[in-house]
Amino acid sequence: MSTSAYTSYLTDKLGPLPFCPGCGHDPLIKAIDKALVQLQLPPDKVVIVTDIGCIGLSDRYFVTHGFHGLHGRSITYGCGLKLARPDLTVIVLKGDGGCGIGGTHLLNVARRNIGITLIVGNNFNYGMTGGQHSVTTPTDGLTATTPWGNVEGPMDICGTAIAAGAAWASRGTVYDKDLADRIAEAIRQPGFAMLDIWELCTAYYVPRNRFKKKDLYELIENCGLELGLLVDKPRAEYSARYREAYETGKKAARPRREVEPAFTNALGRRTGIVIAGSAGQKIRSSATLFAEAAMFAGLNATQKDDYPITVMTGHSVTELNVSPTAIEYTAIESPDCFVVVSDEALKKVRQRIGKLPETCTLYAEESLELPETRAKVVRLPFVRTARKIDRLSIGIVALAAVLRDTGMFPTDAYAKAISAFQKGEVADVNLKALEAGIQLIAPRTEA
Amino acid sequence: MGLEFLEGNEAVVRGALRAKCDFFAGYPITPSSTILQSMLELLPQAGGIGIQAEDEIASIGFCIGAAMAGRKVLTATSGPGISLYSENIGLAIMGETPMVIVNVQRQGPATGSATKGAEGDIQFTRWVTSGGLPVIVLSPATVGESYELAYRAFNLAEQYRVPVFLLTNKEIGMTRESVDLDAIALPPLVERKRPDGTRDYLPHDFEAASDVPAFSDFGGDRIARYTTSTHDKGAYLTASPAVIQEMIDHYTAKVDEAADDIAMVREDLQDDAEVLVLSYGVTSRSADVAVRQARAKGVKVSALVLQTLFPVPAKAIAGAMAGVRKVIVPEMNMGQYRLEVERLAPSGVEVVGVNKMDTTLISPGEILEQGGLS
Repeated sequence: MSTSAYTSYLTDKLGPLPFCPGCGHDPLIKAIDKALVQLQLPPDKVVIVTDIGCIGLSDRYFVTHGFHGLHGRSITYGCGLKLARPDLTVIVLKGDGGCGIGGTHLLNVARRNIGITLIVGNNFNYGMTGGQHSVTTPTDGLTATTPWGNVEGPMDICGTAIAAGAAWASRGTVYDKDLADRIAEAIRQPGFAMLDIWELCTAYYVPRNRFKKKDLYELIENCGLELGLLVDKPRAEYSARYREAYETGKKAARPRREVEPAFTNALGRRTGIVIAGSAGQKIRSSATLFAEAAMFAGLNATQKDDYPITVMTGHSVTELNVSPTAIEYTAIESPDCFVVVSDEALKKVRQRIGKLPETCTLYAEESLELPETRAKVVRLPFVRTARKIDRLSIGIVALAAVLRDTGMFPTDAYAKAISAFQKGEVADVNLKALEAGIQLIAPRTEA
Repeated sequence: MGLEFLEGNEAVVRGALRAKCDFFAGYPITPSSTILQSMLELLPQAGGIGIQAEDEIASIGFCIGAAMAGRKVLTATSGPGISLYSENIGLAIMGETPMVIVNVQRQGPATGSATKGAEGDIQFTRWVTSGGLPVIVLSPATVGESYELAYRAFNLAEQYRVPVFLLTNKEIGMTRESVDLDAIALPPLVERKRPDGTRDYLPHDFEAASDVPAFSDFGGDRIARYTTSTHDKGAYLTASPAVIQEMIDHYTAKVDEAADDIAMVREDLQDDAEVLVLSYGVTSRSADVAVRQARAKGVKVSALVLQTLFPVPAKAIAGAMAGVRKVIVPEMNMGQYRLEVERLAPSGVEVVGVNKMDTTLISPGEILEQGGLS
């Protein structure tokens, strides 16, 4: 790009701007050009993003980068470009229609303060599709879709953006003498800045409503709105805040939980374990550590969890497979071990317990009233045992008992997983729970 | 050695970061939310940017903007989110935007069951937007493949400048498996082709219809243009039927003519097989078991597992079908990919679906029984 002064940002290769005679978009685009000439920004560092609507015809007339996207979504592309390249000047042009269909993006860009400039060419109706009413059509206004007058109230675009937290917002008309200056001022803002520019649609709104320039000013007054700069409260732009938050808040990356097999195992075939408990009984985390312990013993493992969306209440049922061979189909049709430690869980798995095969061992909290089952039942005081350590450790206690009873791999592997992947007090409590779970079985086997 | 106990979603994140993904935008939805969370945590550490958008439309809008500014972008959602992405996917195809879109499928339609697995979005992904132009769709079966195919998805997106879908499943995304990701061999990283300076830059430049245009960033030293409207190679609006058809032929040819290069399949064929079990995704794991059990009973059976679903790996499918009298296609939907198999099957070959959508996995037993192999 040449370093000499930029005298115009509009190309002369496509002929004059394409708008209808008297359309407000024409002076608006020319004012944007004047503002860019004031600012002398390199064209390759400027992106004009346009929405759908007549204003969407304008990006190609600029010698800058041009991006013409879907209806209502221009702000999202502008934000993506700006987040990716904070050094770029991103100017989004949209109409009042785009502010309706893409209203949420207006609210959210204002709230986030992403440093794009939004210029709304607000002419109270959809000029491109035949003059239907938009979110800014005045009450009683005649349009293709309000043949007896608009019964809806108009949205105040600036007021809406300001309510959402816009750092800089200005309302004007295409007749403003200082329009180019004001656009330049908006572009200079490091944060989000928006201009709501009222104008005439000579194809539709003007003839249908005999609407003239003086009516534009009357309308603004009748709506109780002010012209000019409405808010100027600079605050840190999004990308700067993002970096700063990360730099001040960053923690060391969580270490990977890597396992190197260090124990042998006695598992001849794939084994399916179901553990059914309640939220807060560390069912899922105990099962993950159990699986990692199996991996320390050279086995493969899979884990699936089932719990309600209200994660701090209700059942928590986990399915574990451990296997000396690759685990393909992960569902457990016929469990080898089934653990149930709470009433809530029992309600959830009652039917399944009724269908357990004879080959399955059911490890049940001793206080539970079990349904009839063909499984071999082992009743153990999981809750009472856990309560002596930390009432939450039921998952570890129960799985430690299962491991000791089945001998599928050494309990030392479970201790290894706990020490490797948990820290301080949590590890201490879980190691105690592991030992307590082992002891639930150990005396029986010694006897 | 890096044996870990990971869920598929974590593996997708690892694969994306390994592919040097440096932008993510997404919106929370079960069962894909852990991708959003991990990307937002890990991206700044990798020098990238991650943002939770106000909705799915903004998520993909941010991604398209960032991709056109030169970033390698990822977004992740589930079926309901893909519905909201739909219009912007058309834009990404039109603009030849490299991007990777993860769909961790859940039971639909509509809100369906958020925490239940499914494979109901197969044809939806292929025909995801108006116009019917091709996209690339990959489908992993395991946690390890979630990593590998996420990485490969970025390579394909860069190479073909097209949205690439990674179609996983709650049953993979939220299931943990013991896996050593470091042991998985990956091809070299592919970066989008940049203009070489000998021609004026046109955003959609090609000679042969299947050529993939060079890419210059928004904010780069060549003026870039992008448009949702019917356009010419310069991204200027056109109403010329000849130019419009030329562009449509280009979008189509660059993907469809590359079908053999994009095709990834796992073949386990027997010379004298009478039956072929053709599967993809998590169901292929049950198919593997079923095939082994059928062979143990003396049935001559071949297996073909598709990792690329679209463009349809037609050569591999036709090759695997040669000589068989029956093809069994198990799917966690009511028979979506079976349509592709049926149109490729020679006359006289019976194509049998094993289908269910009750949120549970199809078991090896169901494949054997309903496929007539038991």
